[in-house]
Amino acid sequence: MAINEQEDLLVSKPSGSTRREFLQQASALGTGLAITSSAKAKGLPVNKINFSTPGNVTVSLVVNGKNKTLDVDPRVTLLDALRENLQLMGTKKGCDRGQCGACTVLVEGRRINSCLHLAAMCEGAHVTTIEGIGGVDNLHPMQTAFLKHDAFQCGYCTPGQICSAIGLLKEGHATTDDEIRESMSGNICRCGAYQNILDAIKEVHSGI
Amino acid sequence: MYPFIFTKVNDSAGAISAVGTNPHAKFISGGTNILDLMKMNIEKPELLIDINNLDFKKIDVQSNGNILIGALVRNSDLAYNATISKHYPLLSQALLAGASAQLRNMATTAGNLLQRTRCYYFYDTVMPCNKREPGTGCSALTGYNRMHAILGISDKCIATHPSDMCVALAALDTIIHVQNASGKRTIPFADFHLLPGDTPHIDNVLQPGDLITHVEIAALPFANNSTYVKVRDRASYEFALTSAAVALDVSGGTIKAARIALGGVGTKPWRATAAEQFVAGKPANEETYEAAAGLALKDAKGYQYNAFKIELAKRSIISALQNTGG
Repeated sequence: MAINEQEDLLVSKPSGSTRREFLQQASALGTGLAITSSAKAKGLPVNKINFSTPGNVTVSLVVNGKNKTLDVDPRVTLLDALRENLQLMGTKKGCDRGQCGACTVLVEGRRINSCLHLAAMCEGAHVTTIEGIGGVDNLHPMQTAFLKHDAFQCGYCTPGQICSAIGLLKEGHATTDDEIRESMSGNICRCGAYQNILDAIKEVHSGI
Repeated sequence: MYPFIFTKVNDSAGAISAVGTNPHAKFISGGTNILDLMKMNIEKPELLIDINNLDFKKIDVQSNGNILIGALVRNSDLAYNATISKHYPLLSQALLAGASAQLRNMATTAGNLLQRTRCYYFYDTVMPCNKREPGTGCSALTGYNRMHAILGISDKCIATHPSDMCVALAALDTIIHVQNASGKRTIPFADFHLLPGDTPHIDNVLQPGDLITHVEIAALPFANNSTYVKVRDRASYEFALTSAAVALDVSGGTIKAARIALGGVGTKPWRATAAEQFVAGKPANEETYEAAAGLALKDAKGYQYNAFKIELAKRSIISALQNTGG
């Protein structure tokens, strides 16, 4: 695709697409454009990488109790498959490197970083995301506790915090304040709501 | 991330057949390090073989008292295993001092052995790095080398080995079980990781086609009196500046035998054999601990930003010896 054609696409928003879809398309095109232009400007050879996939992978898994089948490029992480293929936007992408915990989901009941797990590795897996934990009409006790204790500010890390906290309780190794803090250290909160997150987890833990 | 072919195998024969001797093939189990490196275009496997279905998920006590740990046992399962936490607390503590709860739920025993350095120049693909691109030079030697090694270094690389688990394994008599198309073999832990020398891009002695099946820890009754001390910039979820794994056999105030290994300071998990030999037969007191710590760091070399590690590592050893020897 020539550069001018990409630019044409950028300015003509397809009438049927949502704002999110349009932003995703514009962002993807913009990134490719920037790399190509920058390399050309420096007189560097543009590295033509063949991004055609050697073969997609078909994966059947259970997400929030429902059977799903994915046909994905093997590079797709569980995080991206949840968000982009299954339209479950509750699981957040923060660092995409296993450092922030925003993407925490439960696989077979255990908390993991979905950004460091390939969707292709999920054949037969039971995945629970924040959408499967509870909704407005049926809040999970951990969600209720997070609301009660004001355990978030911007809320971006919250789905990961809640999935992680549920995993923590199931593991059963953390009881004291220090143990809970240590066990939740894989979930970073940019707003610094840590004390309230701790209070929420303690409340559910003690069954108050 | 570069494209790759993905395949899933169900047993070790299938894994060995799939990998052949392809140097561009990788096994994936936990994925916590290799996927990170693939996203950064540092690891570029052409074939990725998912071995999570393999039957290496058990921790068995052998008739001779040794512990046989399956390659796919997750770090959290190993750490909380009743036998490990009772008889090898240094291993349990080391595992729990590493990464986060989520990562420990994913990361496997074999994968932990194979994790690569977190040297920031290794990760920064625009910077020279002999470990990533042989022959390009080492940016850390004259760069910001605060996290880097002071033992086992070469003028080609001063990257630390990042694992906590491996420090505990270095202190124990650990054997790594490997299988390939030609058969099975074992590798003593001390021989598994390689010093950087002139070839820092080669981390260990595995050859293309090798599959780690088990990690075996020899029976060591006094390992129940052991500890792992880790010093880091944050209270949790951070790599070690220095660490010390110590097991002591103390009787009537005298040290009969000791195991001492260091983390965060070596280019490979660092066993302090000279210090172990020194303390044997000595009284369990401050004088012995300080002399042992000095001996362990005798050959250390500090760089512009990491020279503090020499003293910090000594104090880590002394602290671990105090914890176990009184």
